[in-house]
Amino acid sequence: MPLLSVNNIEVIYDDVILVLKGMSLSVEEGQIVAVLGANGAGKTTTLKAISGLLKTEEGEVTDGTIEFDGVKIDGMEPEKIVKLGIFQVMEGRRVFEDLTAKENLVAAAHTQKCSRGELEERIGQVYHYFPRLKERENGLAGYLSGGEQQMLVIGRGMMARPKLMMLDEPSLGLSPLLVGEIFEIIVKLNKELGTTILLVEQNARMALNIADHGYIMENGKIVLDDTTEKLKNNEDVKQFYLGLTEMGTKRSYRDVKHYKRRKRWLT
Amino acid sequence: MQEFLQLIVTGLVIGSVYALVAMGFALIYKSTSILNFAQGEFVLVGGYVCLWLYTDMGIPIVAAFFITMIIAVFMGVMLERLILRPMIGEPIISVIMVTIALAAVLKSVVTILWSTQIRVFSPPIFSQKALEFGVVRISEVYLWTVGFAFLFLAIFAAFFKFTRVGISMRAVANDQQVAQSMGISVKKVFAISWSIGAMVSAVGGTLVGNINGVNITLSDFGLKVFPAVILGGLESIGGAIIGGLTIGVLENIMGSYLDVYLGGGVKEIAPFIVLIVILMIKPYGLFGIKEIERV
Repeated sequence: MPLLSVNNIEVIYDDVILVLKGMSLSVEEGQIVAVLGANGAGKTTTLKAISGLLKTEEGEVTDGTIEFDGVKIDGMEPEKIVKLGIFQVMEGRRVFEDLTAKENLVAAAHTQKCSRGELEERIGQVYHYFPRLKERENGLAGYLSGGEQQMLVIGRGMMARPKLMMLDEPSLGLSPLLVGEIFEIIVKLNKELGTTILLVEQNARMALNIADHGYIMENGKIVLDDTTEKLKNNEDVKQFYLGLTEMGTKRSYRDVKHYKRRKRWLT
Repeated sequence: MQEFLQLIVTGLVIGSVYALVAMGFALIYKSTSILNFAQGEFVLVGGYVCLWLYTDMGIPIVAAFFITMIIAVFMGVMLERLILRPMIGEPIISVIMVTIALAAVLKSVVTILWSTQIRVFSPPIFSQKALEFGVVRISEVYLWTVGFAFLFLAIFAAFFKFTRVGISMRAVANDQQVAQSMGISVKKVFAISWSIGAMVSAVGGTLVGNINGVNITLSDFGLKVFPAVILGGLESIGGAIIGGLTIGVLENIMGSYLDVYLGGGVKEIAPFIVLIVILMIKPYGLFGIKEIERV
């Protein structure tokens, strides 16, 4: 049985806007699963449906079910879902600017009934993965650099010791070098701590390189899903997400009627 | 010079109580975005409840003080649960009207239960005997007041800085959605904010009641808190404390130097003159929203 399974869910915002139209995906324990797709495809909404945060923005799962570890979690309060072991690292490096880096980490362990010592130990573990945070631990998080903020939000995720960590575009707005560093750490989290990862990304190349399984979303549903090995060799993925032709060269927009190929997926 | 120092010291004493109540106000505003116009009534209720327990029921003052705090906490939780939580998501003006109504109701309840005459803690808890400190004379009750006010301010400063609950409360004030994403219950934080807001006000009411006695005008104390929090910047708890102390000193000094020319009553309006001046020259206060922007 998969750790997380999203079965055919429908999400409506404000009672009128249908964003997810029969979205399904499943995540096996210990895997890294990537969800790719264009802007507005519904990737972030999917994560929020799983973490329960939809409720905070007038969204609602109106059909289908979400199961985690054998428990039905759609409609649960976000704090209960966090306690079950799902942690969403939200898009856009949303650190608590007015708290220090260390306080950010402490706040993230809110659901953990652990002693002071254990808390310090977990903070130490975060510093082990992100030594740069240690140097800045007493500085206000708002003054950290973009890369450090991204490290801090992932570190916050580690503090809750989740079974499933959902990362929403961790590469957003970072330099290629930093993106590489962040992705390395994501793999380490997965391998060393055994955290299952659900990764939403625009950076398809990076995501497909580290993930075991990939989903491609368009218009509120999955249009393609396969192991990343096969996805990387899929013609459509190569063309639309990796920007390559069969030859491995950049393709000019002049050579192809772009929209026609795209259409084939939707029908 | 001696008179000036004396005015500063007595101003700081009252200012420390303003600071305490202003901290409660700022805390509620910071974490729930509600302007609580019933803050002064919390002071009133606190003062009366403690006086009633001590003077009428004959409960020892220490016990009476703790029971007052517990009642205030309970009142804060209940108000949040029954009156303010259903208002989440309603227009801001409705929420403000609700707190104004709440103020009227609390005031009326106090009037019904204890009538409106001025009453004093009897037998007195702290002596009025003046102690000499160099050129400044200060009565014992003032010393106790300022001591307690600062004790509570220090306790809460430590609470927000070092405890996990305090840190998660600041997290909620900073970004509610992210706080929820890590499993912090925003509703619980709201309830804690209201109960702390009510509790510090009740402590303030008890302290002032010991100096001046208790009557229905104690709720006006809540109005003086507005200049304090506006001066400090609405979102800033530290600012509220500094604002409270400043307002206490300013009203004392302005009152005693200007009364001669203006024929009295300056002390009462001085904080509000300060309020208007601040709104004109520095509308966000000294420590108001200081959004961190990275370049």
